[in-house]
Amino acid sequence: MSIVKVLEGSEAVALAVKACRPQVISAYPISPQTHIVEGIAKFVADGDLDSEYVRVDSEFSAASVISGASAAGSRAYTASSSQGLLLMSEVLYASCGMRLPFVITGVNRTVSAPISIQVDQQDTMSLRDCGMIQLFVESSQEAYDAHIAAFKIAEDPKIILPVMVCMDGWVLTHSYERISLSDQEDVDRFLPPFQPADFLDVDNPKTWGSIGEEDMVMELRYSVQQTMQYAKGRIKEIFAEWAEISGRDYGGLIESYRTDDAEVILLAMGSMTGTIKDAVDNLRSEGDKVGLVKIRSYRPFPYEEIWEAVKGAKAVAVVDANLSLGSEGAIGMDLKAKFYGAPNAPLVVDVIAGLGGRDVNESRIRKIVEEVKEAQVSGFFLREPYWAGLNPTIVP
Amino acid sequence: MTAKKDAQQEDLFVSGHRACHGCGMALSVRHILKATGKDVIVVTPTGCLETFTSPYGYSPWRVPWIHHLFENGPSIATGVAAALRAQKKNTTRVVGIGGDGSTFDIGFGALSGMLERGDDVLYICVDNGAYMNTGGQRSGATPLYAATSTHPAGKESVGKVEMKKNVPMIVAAHGIPYVATASVAYVKDLQKKVKRAMEFRGPRYIQVDTPCPSVWGFPSDHTLEVGRMGVQSGLIPLFEMEEGEITHVRKIKKQVPVEAYLRGQKRFRHLFGTEGEKEIAEIQALADKNIKKFGLLGKSKA
Repeated sequence: MSIVKVLEGSEAVALAVKACRPQVISAYPISPQTHIVEGIAKFVADGDLDSEYVRVDSEFSAASVISGASAAGSRAYTASSSQGLLLMSEVLYASCGMRLPFVITGVNRTVSAPISIQVDQQDTMSLRDCGMIQLFVESSQEAYDAHIAAFKIAEDPKIILPVMVCMDGWVLTHSYERISLSDQEDVDRFLPPFQPADFLDVDNPKTWGSIGEEDMVMELRYSVQQTMQYAKGRIKEIFAEWAEISGRDYGGLIESYRTDDAEVILLAMGSMTGTIKDAVDNLRSEGDKVGLVKIRSYRPFPYEEIWEAVKGAKAVAVVDANLSLGSEGAIGMDLKAKFYGAPNAPLVVDVIAGLGGRDVNESRIRKIVEEVKEAQVSGFFLREPYWAGLNPTIVP
Repeated sequence: MTAKKDAQQEDLFVSGHRACHGCGMALSVRHILKATGKDVIVVTPTGCLETFTSPYGYSPWRVPWIHHLFENGPSIATGVAAALRAQKKNTTRVVGIGGDGSTFDIGFGALSGMLERGDDVLYICVDNGAYMNTGGQRSGATPLYAATSTHPAGKESVGKVEMKKNVPMIVAAHGIPYVATASVAYVKDLQKKVKRAMEFRGPRYIQVDTPCPSVWGFPSDHTLEVGRMGVQSGLIPLFEMEEGEITHVRKIKKQVPVEAYLRGQKRFRHLFGTEGEKEIAEIQALADKNIKKFGLLGKSKA
């Protein structure tokens, strides 16, 4: 059973988190994340959520508090964005290595300098290497459901890793959408209380956070890598299980949209995929064979599923709302690395788009498709990324 | 407490760890845990204590213990305390034990946050006055005119020219219920303070002077003697504060000249050559100021 309300994206997330009953929540403000922790604070203040709500001194402490709480055996949650996520990065690396299964909402926002509060995916994607599972969402409804799944994924006895649900700032956090809210009983049935096998226990004292030297660091990294591989299956199963209960199905690690006979496939994550779907529909109606692959799980990276979805196409345009300065967009790199050497692999064009809130609208998407078609003629070898919507007249 | 009684207490920090000979920190932690008892979870930020107690597969800790990072010991402790509250485990207490690098410098913001929030954590700084884990670099806890590897003495340098940060008073200014200073040279006093601290709820702070033979530069069987001289010179005043007021000071029967304390340590050796008289006089003035400020001279009441 569900009820439907018109809600701000942040409120939808706050309600999802409330339904998951985290025992410890830490909160520090940063735009455009703040509405989420404010929403949760009100639930606690009104007695609607029985959680320890810790108002911390920094994002570094926000991530540390949920790490300590998780080690002590509690379900724990926080949310942050941009600079806050960068400040957390050292904590997140350590907590992944120590296998602390909390959930964080990473509200996508660009990073300084220049200081800007506008959306892109540079912040969350720069945390891709730390060992967190990262899910990206298209809509606030998907954000709502992904948070409920996220706790179950994190706490899976064979996973035990932090999960970050990455949602675009403003576009999702501050816009209103029709949201189906699940019944508390359904969430409770899906997500039982957190009962970790290991926690800081005075009756069974253990030493946590030991030194590992050259004889074990590789093995511990390998074990997280193996867990990531295992998680690919579990993420699909857990979303399917929640789809069964909630009636809302988004697919597994990716969503393929009109890719079956597509010649050019756009590949993207986050809220822009909604716009891209409209553009694909319009281009299709004009006779263009285009499609979209939406990545839902960025880490682990679902290259097997992506390959299956795009292997018949002529070209893939990767729309990266991030950039590794001096190289190219991060998804483009991932894809090219995996596709290199594959017989008859589609050509991959990296597109840098949407940095710092630059709009990714239908006309820009159409230009990207045109660019890819042109590039198919002129060739891809050692090609620089295409910058969608760049204004060369003001480049310093 | 008699020696016999002490020996009968269960050791929760056992032998076999990898501290240097004569480590004041290891000794103090052993006695701190005897005073807390075993219903505690210990949080230790990165530093000597973490390094010499946690090579994977070995541990002297007989209580649950967690190390996470250098600058977040107090925030990890907050998280553990919050989890215990959420799980209604009301008897189990959280004890943070960190060095001066994490407490005075890199984790100071987190410590201040923890104090301000009123979290139920006893935070103990085992202070050896420099970054010993990395070989003895200057910290905010390094005393005036000590030579360190990042502020060595030389033709143009008399060692550290800044004062030691007054963390106990800064901590007290947060309005927390209990603050104390202690020394590993006075173990009974240290244990009494830990036990007193455990009687309060909320954030509490104890700073323990823990001489380091390896970096201060004295023979490893002189740790307690060096510690005692520090206290008896007046440089390390031992006091307790409850609810913001000084409630007890450990008296000194006869003040030891700072020169006697400094002379035995290589980190002050540069003050005993052709120059250094002026600096020693300045250090003596600091000790004298403490004697006056805390009323250290005389006989203890208890």
